[in-house]
Amino acid sequence: MSNETNRHLDVITPATPVLDDLRRFTAARVGLGRAGSGLPTAAHLKFTLDHARARDAVWSAIDSRGLAGEIANRGYPVAVVASEAGDRPTYVRRPDLGRSLAPANAALLRSKLGAARIVAVIADGLSAAAVSANALPTLDAIAARLGAYGLAVDAVVIAEQGRVAIGDPIGAALEAELVIVLIGERPGLSAADSLGCYITFRPAEGTPDSARNCVSNIRPGGLEPRDAAFKIAWLTREALSRGLTGIDLKEDSAAELETGPAAPLIEG
Amino acid sequence: MAYSIALDGTNWRFPDLRDLLAKATPKRSGDELAGLAAESAVHRIAAQMALAEAPLADFLTATFVPYEIDEVTRLILDGHDAAAFRPIAAMTVGEFREWLLSPRATPEALAAIRPGLTPEMVAAVSKLMRLQDLILVAAKCRVVTAFRNTIGLPGRFATRLQPNHPTDDSRGIAASLVDGLLLGAGDAVFGVNPATDGVQDYTRVVALLDDIRERLNVPTQTCCLGHVTTAIKAINKGAPLDLVFQSIAGSEGANAGFGVSLATLAEAQDAALSLGRGTVGRNVMYFETGQGAALSANAHHGVDQQTMEARAYAVARRFDPLLVNTVVGFIGPEYLYNGKEITRAGLEDHFCGKLLGVPMGVDVCYTNHCDADQDDMDGLLLLLVNAGVNFVITVPGADDVMLNYQSLSYHDALSARDITGRRRAPEFEAWLAEVGLTDGAGRLRPDPDPLAMRPGLAALSARLEAAE
Repeated sequence: MSNETNRHLDVITPATPVLDDLRRFTAARVGLGRAGSGLPTAAHLKFTLDHARARDAVWSAIDSRGLAGEIANRGYPVAVVASEAGDRPTYVRRPDLGRSLAPANAALLRSKLGAARIVAVIADGLSAAAVSANALPTLDAIAARLGAYGLAVDAVVIAEQGRVAIGDPIGAALEAELVIVLIGERPGLSAADSLGCYITFRPAEGTPDSARNCVSNIRPGGLEPRDAAFKIAWLTREALSRGLTGIDLKEDSAAELETGPAAPLIEG
Repeated sequence: MAYSIALDGTNWRFPDLRDLLAKATPKRSGDELAGLAAESAVHRIAAQMALAEAPLADFLTATFVPYEIDEVTRLILDGHDAAAFRPIAAMTVGEFREWLLSPRATPEALAAIRPGLTPEMVAAVSKLMRLQDLILVAAKCRVVTAFRNTIGLPGRFATRLQPNHPTDDSRGIAASLVDGLLLGAGDAVFGVNPATDGVQDYTRVVALLDDIRERLNVPTQTCCLGHVTTAIKAINKGAPLDLVFQSIAGSEGANAGFGVSLATLAEAQDAALSLGRGTVGRNVMYFETGQGAALSANAHHGVDQQTMEARAYAVARRFDPLLVNTVVGFIGPEYLYNGKEITRAGLEDHFCGKLLGVPMGVDVCYTNHCDADQDDMDGLLLLLVNAGVNFVITVPGADDVMLNYQSLSYHDALSARDITGRRRAPEFEAWLAEVGLTDGAGRLRPDPDPLAMRPGLAALSARLEAAE
């Protein structure tokens, strides 16, 4: 038995020892060893598992109804809409359709929710897994931080097959002053459940990406939802007071973290 | 000029060459997104048949992107060499394909016609070719470049070692770099995509790569793939820079989207040449391209994405680059939907680049929202190696932890060498043997004990620990 094991290990060339002390410095797949010129079986299967997770994150759907129920339980007016990309294969091929909302849907949204000053949009983007795992914790944390500033999320819209810019027609339909889009990011092999956040002042169709602020990699182990919410609420407050988002608004919430409360609105 | 063909009782008509090329392009999502693709399979073949009858000479007077508003068009047409074009001047696109496949198209004959070829002619003929044709003709093209080693020689391919790190951490980059070296990668370049684009971080990465290369005495070149204007600033501050990198595309507008013009690229080339760091050659530029780049910048002018990509090679060849690669599967499924589209595009790009005289490599890669996986990459890699690709990109375990996509692993290049017998750049090959990593046949030793590298690695570790 042990002979068998030893004989098996002989065919694996371990990573050379000179690298050992460097391996702790990166999450990259270094020091895998090799089987001939190929990957050892465990490293090969670990890679395929990580890719399978990423693909599942892209190709699975969010549970919109369940999510809407949870959001309604928190007391928000909530609605579910779909972009003009009807299904996943269309969605990945046609970014233009994922950004647009049928006029009839915009009207329905308006009649259901009325006008809202700050709108949160939760979109599946490229990772349903990110929405399932991180959208609610992030929304709750944002609400808490906004509350400290005397602000609130006035309505929540769940957008299926949505890209970042779906927040523009949604925000416009609700005459929003500001829209916060929480969206599943393109999954990588190391993390398939990262949420991205895009904040747009006075959203309107055709808003360029340079007029948005972004907070990315929101997930446990990445940017924690609580820490993300601190940045998002700071950006929201500043956007409303300065009347803009985008490249002219640099996120600088850390300055307040380091120097302590800069204004009485911040929790002590 | 309009083109038409009657087929099965239908008269298919194409108003100009731009439309004919778009409709003749093998199916891909990007042309459908742009609204340029053929409306049916028969429509596409009708276009290919009409294109086969089109004279090559028509391409010199047709408008793709207007001359008056586009410096890339002016570069292409003003630089056209009528004498070099003469041997093929009377051919149609279909006849040109047959000539390329024939024994008359020797490596020398192919090199001689290069200045007479426009990117649109090359794109056109590629649309009439199967993968086998694209491989066979590209394999006859020789484009050899040099800096600290020689890349593109027959029977060889090189690898870019891409030790990216999500925060550009020096030790993280060093770990991935040394891992790759121990697996025999890095003869094309040690090339890092920086997560940030500040001059300070850029200079730090350049200095780190140069330090590792110097300490281990590796006959290769290094590059930080920041913006060209950052590179110029770093050169002015005295950074030890080997190659200047820039992403480029096939129209003035798309290049403006990257923040560059031909003048900026010329300035960068002059700056890099002024350093005189090359030992066996003076090719100092490194470019990346990819189908879909012009469309995503909304600067494609109604031209199909593969023709726009070939126009980027006209930009590249103006600056005598050491390395050019298409990032074929990186731009996303809205441009190339699946493994089949990525495979074809990779071979088209390689063929078009080589025929135009560009030292073409490929980032054999895909993102997680593409319908592709590592099997597709294995296939494309082996096809490209047989086509004579100058270099491919390799990362630890095929997983780029900074750019969040999958490329090839260092291991994949080893396997391709085992299967095909292709060797590394000669100077790098000699170094690997000298430090004890490879045997006489260029194979990694089963129990590597790179004694000759130990002092350099120890010094490197000490330096990085001190920086901690």
